[in-house]
Amino acid sequence: MVARVMSGNEVVAYGVKLSRAEIVPSYPITPQTTIVEQIAEFIANGEMRAELMRVESEYAAMGACIGASLMGARTFTATSSQGLAFMHELTHWAAGSRLPIVMAVVNRAMAPPWNIWADQQDVLSQRDTGWLSLFCETNQEVLDTCIQAFRISEDREVLLPVMFSLDGFMLSHTSEPVELPKQGDVDGFLPESRRPPLLDVDHPTTLFNVPVPEQYMEFRHWIEKSMDAARRVIPKADREFKRRFGRGYRGMLEPYWLEGAEVALLTAGSVCGTVRDVVESLRKRGEKVGMIKLRSFRPFPSEELRRACEGLRVLGVADRACSFGMGGIIFSDVSAALQPLNVRVLGFIAGLGGRDITHRDIWRMFKRCIRAIEVTPARAIEWFV
Amino acid sequence: MREELVEEELFAPGHRACAGCGATLAVRLALKALGKNVIVANATGCVEVISTPYPETAWRVPWIHAAFENAAAVASGVEAALKSLGRRGVKVVAIAGDGGTADIGLQALSGAVERGHDFIYICYDNEAYMNTGIQRSSATPFGAWTTTTPVGRVKRGKDRPKKDVPAIIAAHGAPYVATASVAYPIDLIKKLRKAAATEGPTYIHIHCPCPPGWRFDSDKMIEVARLAVLSGAWILYEIKNGRLNVTIKPPKRRPVSDYLKMQGRFKHLTDAEIAEIQRTVDERCRHLGVG
Amino acid sequence: MKSWRGPPVPVAARPSVGSSGRTSSWRIQKPVVNLKRCTRCRMCWIFCPDVAISFTKRGPAINHDYCKGCGICANECPAKAITMEAL
Repeated sequence: MVARVMSGNEVVAYGVKLSRAEIVPSYPITPQTTIVEQIAEFIANGEMRAELMRVESEYAAMGACIGASLMGARTFTATSSQGLAFMHELTHWAAGSRLPIVMAVVNRAMAPPWNIWADQQDVLSQRDTGWLSLFCETNQEVLDTCIQAFRISEDREVLLPVMFSLDGFMLSHTSEPVELPKQGDVDGFLPESRRPPLLDVDHPTTLFNVPVPEQYMEFRHWIEKSMDAARRVIPKADREFKRRFGRGYRGMLEPYWLEGAEVALLTAGSVCGTVRDVVESLRKRGEKVGMIKLRSFRPFPSEELRRACEGLRVLGVADRACSFGMGGIIFSDVSAALQPLNVRVLGFIAGLGGRDITHRDIWRMFKRCIRAIEVTPARAIEWFV
Repeated sequence: MREELVEEELFAPGHRACAGCGATLAVRLALKALGKNVIVANATGCVEVISTPYPETAWRVPWIHAAFENAAAVASGVEAALKSLGRRGVKVVAIAGDGGTADIGLQALSGAVERGHDFIYICYDNEAYMNTGIQRSSATPFGAWTTTTPVGRVKRGKDRPKKDVPAIIAAHGAPYVATASVAYPIDLIKKLRKAAATEGPTYIHIHCPCPPGWRFDSDKMIEVARLAVLSGAWILYEIKNGRLNVTIKPPKRRPVSDYLKMQGRFKHLTDAEIAEIQRTVDERCRHLGVG
Repeated sequence: MKSWRGPPVPVAARPSVGSSGRTSSWRIQKPVVNLKRCTRCRMCWIFCPDVAISFTKRGPAINHDYCKGCGICANECPAKAITMEAL
């Protein structure tokens, strides 16, 4: 293994190269651009054998991904924010088509107002498309999740596309030391066999035609069953990754310092690093607090979450996005999952449009949660504006 | 029999197109021209809906439907993958209606042609959104009634001319662009074969009358298509590497009113309006050298 | 490469004749061929959108399972060898 200091976007490009993606259709958008620039360099230098399709829109990027993946090519794309929203019709289509496409989402706020900085509104708005959706905390995790994503999506029990998120600029343009695995080891980790082309002139088949209501629902149910399978496949891929490379991420969620905790904060993405710091200092002061890092948003690890929360009194959820008229998007899912437990759930909306979520903010969130053990708070959802 | 008219049918009977459907005939003839070694990416629209009731299909070639605006983008992904996986001898064909081509799919088409993918794009032009119920598209001709350009006391059908998509694609520098008509099957098949033999992006725009949408009896479908050509309202040409060649020149052009008067969608037109359309047709014929 | 074993392809269909059933049930008239007048020019065959005419040595044979009775064949026949008749 080689350690190098790299930005999150550079790391994605290495992950894609190590995973031997063959077709990369993509359209530029800040802060995703340097992923594709790096891939273009790899190809130009003969270090990577792939076709970079410089399509005319994100919409066409996903269209071309669908076409290429149908033919059995390992297919990757990357986007952000408006670009992801522009793809939205086809993200549904890719999942319904059962195509193992992998996409990096460099999280960026949705306009208006125009904003190129990080929050997770873009990726969380893709919630119901049928894609698996994973979050990363560090650049190392970005690399490892990228490689795992190909294995998970191509797993024949899953066969659904996977998007993995890295916070714009906070990871994408921030450099950290990253260990790069050897090509041979990644080859050994990724699936040997690939689905043959679905379009074949010797076996003409019509794909994605028109079923009647009596037939349609089974196909949708099948997506849900595959999501269930992904609940097994994601942790298994992560365990196997750890066995081969020495690093793992605890599958779908990571409980951090929950031993004896009464209160915990659940969040996703790069802010987990700050939360770890605050948990450490609060623990030093004798507070019984911990953290739950959500790694897999879809499938949502309801069972794992319930197990992690068994001893808790209050769980705060910090969302970098909002479902207007309801509250945090992850908060809603957490509330639903914890419904059988006697745990109070508080929602915090913070860090939209690249605003820092500071140690002080996290500290305040914990304070709110600790107070809620004794006193019912006036509001279950609070905006950190 | 002409060698163009191969016996093999790659589009099966028993599909659910309306009686006398021009678009369906265009697809049948196109598959005769292209043969088995094609992969079709079909946009949403009449042809998609009428041919693929799950779990059956009228297509005897591999076929995929992936949204409305997207035929060219999906085709380009398939083509890139074929190349990348080293598969040769298979042509990728995108098929879309005039709405899927001139309106919602124009950007994807432009992008795929500009990138130079080796594929054929076929537009079956029935001059409105027929699948959703005869709404105006940018390829609907001037003066035509549609359900969204109704004729009333103030409005008199579509008030804008037909968008010239073949010219747009020719302006991209595509090596082969042609117009065709279901009334001229030999011409249509020859052009598709030329497209198939050309490396790079090619574009065939087929004029396909629609009996329910254009308001005429189904038995007149070919007659209407033929009159469009004989009157100069639809001109059959090809543009090969930038050089334009009119392939069917009517010996003496019929008045455009002969064509318009067969169709209920034009029945509201006054003599003055028809004269205006005739002037536009004359000008275009002069411009393309039809005479 | 190992061979692939996986779930079936989503919403996939194999080619079939009569994907929408016997579409001839839609029609209110049907073509009748007078083979004596037929010149075997094949115009009826080439213009049929329903692929419902095949050609034999004697002339056109109408597939009465799928002919929707549009009447194009009768209208286009230069020899007037096809007439549309009520069912």
